[in-house]
Amino acid sequence: VKIAVCVKNVPDATVHKKIDPQTKRLDRSGEGALNPTDLNAVEEAIRIREAQGGEVVLVSMGLPKAVDALRKALAMGADRAVLVSDEGAAGSDLVATSRVLAKALERETPDLVLFGQASSDGDGAVLWAAVADRLRRPVLSQVAELTIEGEAAKGKRQTEHGYDTISAPLPAIVAVSDAINEPRYPSLKGIMGAKSKPQETLSLTDLGLEGDAGEPGSRTTVLELGPPPSRGDSVKIEDDGSAAEKILAYVTERRLL
Amino acid sequence: VRFLVFLEHHEGQLEKGGLGVLSKAASLGDAEGVVLGAGAAEAAARAGAFGAAKVYACEDEALASPLPQPRIDALASLVEKTGAEAVLFGASVLAADVAAGLAARLEAGLNWDLVDLEVADGELVGKRPALSDTVLVDVGWSDSPRLALVRSGALDPAESGGSAEVETFEATFSEFSTLATLVDQTQEESSGPSIEDADVIVAGGRGLGSPEAFSLLEELAAALGGAVAATRAVVDAGWYPYATQVGQTGKTVAPKLYIACGISGAIQHKVGMQGSGTIVAINKDANAPIFDFCDLGIVGDLHQVVPKLTELVRARG
Repeated sequence: VKIAVCVKNVPDATVHKKIDPQTKRLDRSGEGALNPTDLNAVEEAIRIREAQGGEVVLVSMGLPKAVDALRKALAMGADRAVLVSDEGAAGSDLVATSRVLAKALERETPDLVLFGQASSDGDGAVLWAAVADRLRRPVLSQVAELTIEGEAAKGKRQTEHGYDTISAPLPAIVAVSDAINEPRYPSLKGIMGAKSKPQETLSLTDLGLEGDAGEPGSRTTVLELGPPPSRGDSVKIEDDGSAAEKILAYVTERRLL
Repeated sequence: VRFLVFLEHHEGQLEKGGLGVLSKAASLGDAEGVVLGAGAAEAAARAGAFGAAKVYACEDEALASPLPQPRIDALASLVEKTGAEAVLFGASVLAADVAAGLAARLEAGLNWDLVDLEVADGELVGKRPALSDTVLVDVGWSDSPRLALVRSGALDPAESGGSAEVETFEATFSEFSTLATLVDQTQEESSGPSIEDADVIVAGGRGLGSPEAFSLLEELAAALGGAVAATRAVVDAGWYPYATQVGQTGKTVAPKLYIACGISGAIQHKVGMQGSGTIVAINKDANAPIFDFCDLGIVGDLHQVVPKLTELVRARG
């Protein structure tokens, strides 16, 4: 099974995130890390390869320094990495990013494309369905249990109403939730080996997408930044034995029951 | 602005999320709705009361299962037919995939995780919280159609009492759109409302001390007609089901009343519940961060306060 895992470099969880007032976009200048749920996708890909053979290719789009984050996934056991990095891709929204990723994936012709369901920087959180539409292949999202049987992917997922099991023929696009597995830590051997694994960097020109990404290729705009609405005054009291009465009085007064 | 609102239905009822978005759209411009799948036409008629002048319905067999790709086909043809300027969705597992796929299909801009929409100088503007909701970003679109996915629970349905004309339509489906199939479905057993639908949520965290203490919350929730939710920490510890997890890696909820019991208020939990109408927090630790963003904070022992509150609510009848 040839598996492509779409991963993303996000600001490290320990970095204080801020928005660049000039571009009104997330400031990505600090320390980066692999998006946490992407680790679940990488882990799942490695498990499938361990059971059935094949290859795990990382596909990413981002700043040149994203190679550091990719190296961690290579250390976990992915075979090689492809990074699309181009100044012309900065500020890409969903339509533009999905266009770039779909083109990069077309070059690889994988049997299975995996995404991590949630993105900790809030961007790209719904990419898989857009990529699936561009590749004209079936999509399964929110998958908490995945099996690859012969020529089909079968995924179990949780919805608002219960559990659905969905089957689709390969090639298919699957977004996994963080409930699917526990990502492994890279071994020392894996970390040493990661440095010599093949890494390829592509430009938009390489993909034939010059001018089709970044702001010219996007359809959404960021207008203004402001403070969120305040919650108003809050009341804090020590329980003197009458807290339950006070809660009831408070919520009754506000007609919440 | 001419809006088309995607309305989901379950067991004959239109979902609250879509209706909240519809009410908002009706207050900003001309709102039409669309309902897809078995029973769509019957459910569609009820959208009139929430401000839709017209609701499109398609009951094609390809739309029987709750899968996104046939819905993208149906919506793409409907947007072309009606010339809708904006297509709005209330966030759900299904709606997120439909919205993103439609964006790619139509090469249209999609803004998501919005908590509100407004029209300023004739232009649609979305309100999107960022950086763990410490910043509110105004977002826009450079072109029509404008696609928007609204955070679940952010907008309340408002009944206006109108009626809608229902028009059924035919859709054609791409071959790849019908490749995925639903092979099994199990409904969740639950005695009360789900945490997405509940007006009242009683939530528990580490401060409960043991999984058994969740029974205190269940009793309070039952008395209030609400649902029980949990933090990531206790779900990870196996104290309560994953389906009830609220927060960054769980669900986002916005009930009218959220009672947080033994929850410190870590950022990962906060982002999932701070849209709630009123937040009441009970915690032994007076320095817990939750006291910075609740409306009523009780510094005390939940094991004392919660059972007493349950009794009082029951006595109230």
